[in-house]
Amino acid sequence: MKKAVIVRDYTIPANDFTIAGEASSNVRKILTQLGVSPNVVKRASIAMYEAEINAVIHGKGGNAHVEIDENKIYIVISDEGPGIADLELAMQEGYSTAPDSIREMGFGAGMGLSNMKKHADILDIDTEVNRGTTVHITVYFNSDKKI
Amino acid sequence: MKISEIAQAINGEILTKNHDNELDIKSACSADLMSDVMAFSKENAMLLTGLINPQVVRTAEMMDMKVIVFVRGKKPTESMIELAEEKGIALIATEYPLFEASGRLYEKGIQGSGEN
Repeated sequence: MKKAVIVRDYTIPANDFTIAGEASSNVRKILTQLGVSPNVVKRASIAMYEAEINAVIHGKGGNAHVEIDENKIYIVISDEGPGIADLELAMQEGYSTAPDSIREMGFGAGMGLSNMKKHADILDIDTEVNRGTTVHITVYFNSDKKI
Repeated sequence: MKISEIAQAINGEILTKNHDNELDIKSACSADLMSDVMAFSKENAMLLTGLINPQVVRTAEMMDMKVIVFVRGKKPTESMIELAEEKGIALIATEYPLFEASGRLYEKGIQGSGEN
């Protein structure tokens, strides 16, 4: 792996819906300033934002670690929440364990994980019940994946 | 359509100060569920919604949307207006319900998807 050019770490606060998305917004700005193509910027930001929202909703907050080199952005979102009991089920569109309070905020429709997969070039999820979840998202700058 | 024309078509009030009125908005999506906006909306430049919370502005930002129309007389909070101004997103409020606001804009040529 080539040395990362830009490394950023963010804390994702627990249950604070007002500032959720701040990390993704910041990364989006960095990618735009680097001149990354709008399609890639959008895909990386949506995948990261979905993961960030999930960490707020399910994971009692967590951390975001971002590495950008000349070819790709690699994003790691980790939480110490309840973990995902059945990952295959959770990947299905429409499956959600989000509480009503989150649905009232316009989220929790069970689209987040599948949407991350759709936008990322590589998506890896490590999860363990009662230990937490770590999502690894890679988006290549020269990727022509369309959304 | 220009932002001022959009506001006019739905008797809307533009709530943000620094919008770019040279922008030509061609497409929109209407939804109260931000999860679906992110999962299903493609290259739309405008969001119509009845949902009020800061994540509506965030979702629009991630989706490259330039305009949010709040329907059914819903008004965004001051902090949402500030966030939108910071992100260069125009906010418009209208009394029309979601269907009617969408219909009026569709009638003026706004499409369901397309280029910004």
